[in-house]
Amino acid sequence: MNDMSPKKERSTLGKWSRRGFIGAGVLAGGGLLIGVGVRPGNPIDKLASTVAPGDGEQLVNSWVKIDINNLVTAIVPHCEMGQGAHSVLAQMLADELDAAWDKVNVMQAPADGSYVVGDTARMFLAPFTMNAADWIEPTWDGLFTQMAKLADAMITGGSSSIRTTGQHSMRVAGAAARKMLIGAAADEWGVPTGEITTRDSTLFHEASGKSAPYSEFATAAAEQPMDHTPVLKKPSEYRLMGKSKARTDIPDKITGRADFGIDAVPEGADLSYAAVVRPPVPGTSVESMDATRAKEMPGVLQILNMGNFVAVVADSYWQAQQAVNTIEIGWSESESPIKTMDDQFAAFAAALDEAGATGGKEAAAKGDAPGALAGAATTIEAEYKAPYLAHAPMEPLNCTAHYKDGTCDIWTSTQVPLMARSEVAKTVGLSADDIKIHHPYLGGAFGRRLGAEYVAMAARIAKATGYPIKMIWSREEDTQKALYRCADMNRLRAGLDDAGKLVAYDSVFTQRHDPAEACVPAMYNIPNTSVRVAEAELHLPFQAWRSVDHSQQGWFIESFIDEAAHAAGKDPLQYRLAMLQEAPRHRAVLEKVAEISNWREPTADGVAKGVAMVESFGTIVTEVIEVDMSSGKPKMTNIWAVCDAGYVMNPDGFRNQIEGGIVFGLTAAMYGELELEGGAIKQSNFHDYKMLRINEVPEIAVELINSGDVPVGGAGEPGLPPAAPALTNAIFAASGTRIRELPIAKRFA
Amino acid sequence: MASFILNGQETTADVDSAMPILWVVREKLGMNGTKFGCGIAQCGACTVHLDGQPVRSCSTPIAEAEGREITTIEGVSGPEGELTAVQRAWVSEQVPQCGYCQSGQIMSATALLRDIPQPTDEQIHAAMAGNICRCGTYTRIRRAIKVASGQLEPRSEEA
Ligand code: FES
Ligand code: FES
Repeated sequence: MNDMSPKKERSTLGKWSRRGFIGAGVLAGGGLLIGVGVRPGNPIDKLASTVAPGDGEQLVNSWVKIDINNLVTAIVPHCEMGQGAHSVLAQMLADELDAAWDKVNVMQAPADGSYVVGDTARMFLAPFTMNAADWIEPTWDGLFTQMAKLADAMITGGSSSIRTTGQHSMRVAGAAARKMLIGAAADEWGVPTGEITTRDSTLFHEASGKSAPYSEFATAAAEQPMDHTPVLKKPSEYRLMGKSKARTDIPDKITGRADFGIDAVPEGADLSYAAVVRPPVPGTSVESMDATRAKEMPGVLQILNMGNFVAVVADSYWQAQQAVNTIEIGWSESESPIKTMDDQFAAFAAALDEAGATGGKEAAAKGDAPGALAGAATTIEAEYKAPYLAHAPMEPLNCTAHYKDGTCDIWTSTQVPLMARSEVAKTVGLSADDIKIHHPYLGGAFGRRLGAEYVAMAARIAKATGYPIKMIWSREEDTQKALYRCADMNRLRAGLDDAGKLVAYDSVFTQRHDPAEACVPAMYNIPNTSVRVAEAELHLPFQAWRSVDHSQQGWFIESFIDEAAHAAGKDPLQYRLAMLQEAPRHRAVLEKVAEISNWREPTADGVAKGVAMVESFGTIVTEVIEVDMSSGKPKMTNIWAVCDAGYVMNPDGFRNQIEGGIVFGLTAAMYGELELEGGAIKQSNFHDYKMLRINEVPEIAVELINSGDVPVGGAGEPGLPPAAPALTNAIFAASGTRIRELPIAKRFA
Repeated sequence: MASFILNGQETTADVDSAMPILWVVREKLGMNGTKFGCGIAQCGACTVHLDGQPVRSCSTPIAEAEGREITTIEGVSGPEGELTAVQRAWVSEQVPQCGYCQSGQIMSATALLRDIPQPTDEQIHAAMAGNICRCGTYTRIRRAIKVASGQLEPRSEEA
């Protein structure tokens, strides 16, 4: 494994360790290169060319560069879609490296196989399960697993950036680099390594009074032996981790300078613009097309029938969109029997009927749920319905493609640059090496940009026309013809003993993707549990949506637990606490939210609070929402959240994500719904696919608990799942109306 | 030929007079700070000022700007790029997540604070309800507007 490239003077490749892979090499021009978390056999020298050092710059490792001004550049393998990953990952690396924070830059790693996020892939291959819940069957056929299998695993999703790349790669890279810099300085100064200290990107030897910036030893550090498992700092030694450092991407996001995919302007290319129309009913294709009017319209350059979509290429997007709107398209008949949401729910109901009281595929089983239900003093049952949802990221889907001389350059906002690359390769018949993916900031994604079909579409248009083109989907296309959070139906039953204690829990539903444990109330001590899946076809194509299965299952479970509490005549928060005897972290989170929300204080008439707790992506989140029903319609007046992620790397950034997750979850709970008409989606834009607005969102107080010594939990998704049930539980408490079908607004229309 | 003042500069553009301001500034004049979100005046991502008043540029034809003054996000900072009080508050409160809606949010907030230097929650809501933030940064936007107007202290970094 030692010989990497004849051009290199020396190189060492480490072995896979529990933490991943470390390799180092000396650059031809001097300087050290270290890659961490790289797949075995991946040529480190390839990194050197893609992250080429500028003049006077030395590459210290694949995740860090130090230039002649002692400026550290952290090379981050995840996309920045608003989750703050770039900054936090840099914070983690810089802390272990003892770099001066004001001299740290962040650069996004190029879309190159060498940057594969191996740990992220493995985490999805062996899905994250909660401690001790080994009775949950993993979803081996889960979405992320399939993507990981494609080995196109440069993924940003699953709230994983900090948990995997940060903990296992960035910190290791920083610590390894620091150790090698110390070694180089010790040799030069003739002192023991143990006497050298580091701070603010500087090496110090106190006894002799010597000091030097890192840049001075960057080249010599390459000659140092490499430590594959450097000792990482203890929390008491952190200087940057655990601090609310300002995010590095914000200055550009308040001046209009930040580049998103839609802002791409390929150098030297005379861009044309494409607008598209895709099949209104999934799976259908173009049978006929009348573009007479479009042809005559100003600016129109080409009109394309691409089989499964129609495109107009014009001098401006506005002209292209207007023209494409005039095209009359005849679509093929859909084979789906589902034309309306009633049809879809009827299909779910049929599958659930067939599964009956004990059938379906077992997702989790503990004790004897059927027996305990039969012997229970009280049983309750309920049927819950969740609608299809669109991701609706603020930046509409778009992609700029330049196909020329057997190569293709792509500019797009994506969560999966490597998958996009192989999809483009497949569609236009090029090898992946001839495709370059440029992926700037994402204007939101929420799972939508884990799909790359839009990227392939743009590449096809570019190839067909020979023009460099920027394709933009209208908001209507994005709402009606995209990929979706699944609809689902869940039939739940619970058995209570004489004291009201939950002794049996049974749930059967039709859709299961990821994570495996989302459908199981595993944190509660319920002796008999049965969770089953009775699979039913979805009419609309599925795509992971922020928090994936937790988004609907969190609502099902936490609503039904609330129903059980009320059936038992118990306070819902107290009822949950009683089932958490052996879960001190969960108890602490609930106790804290009770305290900050004044849960036990009486509220005014028509005003009430609801509580919900979901553990997802390694973070326990409890939310309390206060709602005022005195006008007959729900008005949220206060929101409290308490989170235990083990250890939070950037508290303010974490809070921002939780706040965002809550608003996202509440938007769906209040308004989110896609209806079908003739198999096509009725809603089209923000006037009928409504979003919460500033006047509807009250203050959100977020408290964090660092319970330590557990793996670091995610931030991007865990705020979402408890939001909907906390709100519907509050509505019940205030009005006696139990919401078992979302969205809420429909009920109070 | 449309002629107008863009961020203080006399500007002309050879475009269809019905073309929305949004696409003129983005595609013809290369200023990408103003964003496309919905195209039907529902989201506010495209907000610019026309003679100082916030308008949805996706739904305002360039003809309406004839001889008038358009200000985009690129034109709100001082001549040397100094950040405005609104922008500084957006930094101190760490408002943006993906950032895509924030040009529009800042344009709306800037107009609000010029008209009402110390707005109440209700006044903030009235001025900002046209701007969607899909990332859900509303509580921070509200706080940042109060920081910018001196009604609240800025957040400290070490908290
Ligand atoms: S793009 Fe103009 S309001 Fe949405
Ligand atoms: S910050 Fe992403 S939409 Fe507002």
